[in-house]
Amino acid sequence: MDLIMFDEEYRKIQAVIDQLHGDARGKIVYLVDKAGQHIAGSGDVDSIDATSLASLTAGNVAATDGLAKLIGEKEFSILFHEGKKDHIHISIVANRLILVIIFDDRSSLGLVRLRVKKTSGELEGIFKEILEKASRSQKSEEIESAFSEITDEDIDNLFG
Amino acid sequence: MAFINYASREVNCKIVYYGPGLCGKTTNLQYIYDKTNPNTKGKLISLATETDRTLFFDFLPLDLGMVRSLRVRFHLYTVPGQVFYDASRKLILKGVDGVVFVADSQEARFDANLESIDNLEKNLSEQGFDLMKIPYILQLNKRDLPTAMPVDELIDELRIKSEPYFEAIAPQGVGVFETLKACAKQVLTELKKNG
Repeated sequence: MDLIMFDEEYRKIQAVIDQLHGDARGKIVYLVDKAGQHIAGSGDVDSIDATSLASLTAGNVAATDGLAKLIGEKEFSILFHEGKKDHIHISIVANRLILVIIFDDRSSLGLVRLRVKKTSGELEGIFKEILEKASRSQKSEEIESAFSEITDEDIDNLFG
Repeated sequence: MAFINYASREVNCKIVYYGPGLCGKTTNLQYIYDKTNPNTKGKLISLATETDRTLFFDFLPLDLGMVRSLRVRFHLYTVPGQVFYDASRKLILKGVDGVVFVADSQEARFDANLESIDNLEKNLSEQGFDLMKIPYILQLNKRDLPTAMPVDELIDELRIKSEPYFEAIAPQGVGVFETLKACAKQVLTELKKNG
């Protein structure tokens, strides 16, 4: 099923991860989906290639999921990578989203975990709304018409 | 499973290049990367072994520009072709919107092609997709090799649902963009249908 994000939910998600960015004293916070699509970011997002980060994170989570199933676990819900200066905390939200926080020694693993827990609950709620909206097919008329207006010629033109 | 962001008016789709080991999946992506305008592509990421065999995946984000009022982005992935990397192959198919099957035209690799198509069908179904329904293109690669089988014979055996097919010589770029374009077109047509 396609993941469809509307303005309203997008703004809510952005507000929640902006809050997390401040509360957890993180450098950057990203929300990506398990298929590797970048959804939203907060903090010094221009310093990192977000598209590559999303794809590699999803690959990392997928591989870890595979490991979990091999040993009979449902999932490993948290991944933590410790570097010399920067660290990455990765957690699964609502089974389908991945919350990534990059932080340094101005924060701590404990603080990040604490704040992530609170944020995860909020994101789960918003994501539920997104799914409900999508299942009610409440697509905006504007976008719906944008899709239906796409012609074969338009698609051909994309490739020059 | 495309990601449609109404807030930023973007559509993101995922195309996976599938096929047996050494059939030229990475070479397809490498050629696309080399020939695309730097402004419209991201980094080509290759998670490969020391001998340049794909270990997990290659990844290339491609910005195709605007269609009507929507920005269209494609994420191209390859899977590791070697048989024993099956666990990894399954993971890459998560959320796929379209598949390009890169077949190796050489007679010696004929069985490997068949085996890989079977494997694709099985792995897609484990991810909840039906090969008969998903956007799908067949590429017959390595057409320049003297050991390449005749196109008719390959098509008879490898074509599974009258999908479009393209003859290719990936290192020279022959058929590479035609293949991608056909797959992207099917993916967008599918989105339009469901939209």
